[in-house]
Amino acid sequence: MSSAHSITASVNPPRAVFLDYPLGHTAGRPDDLAEQRHIMIDTLRALETIQVPGTIVPLRYRWSADESWKETAMRPGKNKTGDTETRDDRVARHAEPQYQLEEDRDDADPTCPTCVFPEG
Amino acid sequence: MATESGSSEPVDYIERTRSQYDALGYPPYAWVHNPDSPPFTPLSKPLDRSRVGLICSGGIYARGQTAFHFKDDVSYRKIAMRTPRHELRVTHFAYDLQDARQDPAVVFPARTLAGLADAGAIGAVADHAYTFMGGIYSSRKVREVLAPRLVAECVRDEVDVVVMVPV
Repeated sequence: MSSAHSITASVNPPRAVFLDYPLGHTAGRPDDLAEQRHIMIDTLRALETIQVPGTIVPLRYRWSADESWKETAMRPGKNKTGDTETRDDRVARHAEPQYQLEEDRDDADPTCPTCVFPEG
Repeated sequence: MATESGSSEPVDYIERTRSQYDALGYPPYAWVHNPDSPPFTPLSKPLDRSRVGLICSGGIYARGQTAFHFKDDVSYRKIAMRTPRHELRVTHFAYDLQDARQDPAVVFPARTLAGLADAGAIGAVADHAYTFMGGIYSSRKVREVLAPRLVAECVRDEVDVVVMVPV
C-alpha cells in the first residue's frame, strides 16, 4: 500500500496499490471502518490480479472534494496558515525512545521480548 | 502543474523533498531506486485460504513496549494482530500523527485484516504484525539488517502473503 506514488515507483516493489491520500493515511481515514475495509479488499484484489512485476494499481478514492491538500503537503514554507517562515516542520532526530504518552515510559518492559534490536 | 485548487496528479514527494533540502542547504536525499524488474512470486493459494501478515513502517508500538527513537532506528516490534486500539501508540518524526493516534488502523490496518479473516474473505491473519520506524536514512541497513529479519519472522509465522504499509 502506498500514498507516495513517486517514491513507490522508484523503489519498484513487485506489487503495489496507490491511495491518493495525505501521508499518514496509507490505509484510510480515521474511524471510517467501512472505507478502510473497502480499501483493504481492493488492495487484496490487486494482490491477486497483478500479473506484471512493478505494477502500481491506483485506488479510486478521493480525500476531499478538491485537491487543495496537495498544495501544502511537505511544503513547510507554505503551511496551512501561510504565515510561517519555517522550511522544516520535522522534529529533531533524538536517539532516545519517543513515547506517545509519558506513562508509556513507565509501562515499558525493560526486557521487552517483543522488541527486537538487530545488530548492525 | 498544480493550481490553487490542487492537482489531480499525485504529489511528487521526491521533487518536494529535493526542493526542501535545497532550501535548507542539505545535499539531495538519495532515494532508493531499483530500475530492474522486481522479483515476482505468484500466489501459492487463493486469498480465502491464505494466512496474511502485516508489516508497517509508521512507528507503531504497543503499550508495554519500548518506543522507537528517531535516529536511524532499525529495531522492530512484534505486535499481536488483535491488540485493542487503546493499547496502540504511534510515534514518528516525519508525518502528521493526529489521525494515526486517533485511529491507528490508518497506518496499522491489523483490525481491518482481522475483520476480513473473521468474515472469511481471507483465510486467516497471522498472530502478529511487525512494525518499525520509517525514515531510516541508511538504505543499506534496511536491506542488510532489518529486512532479512522481518522476512525470517514471516517465514517462521508461515504466512502466505504480507501486506506492507509504509507512510
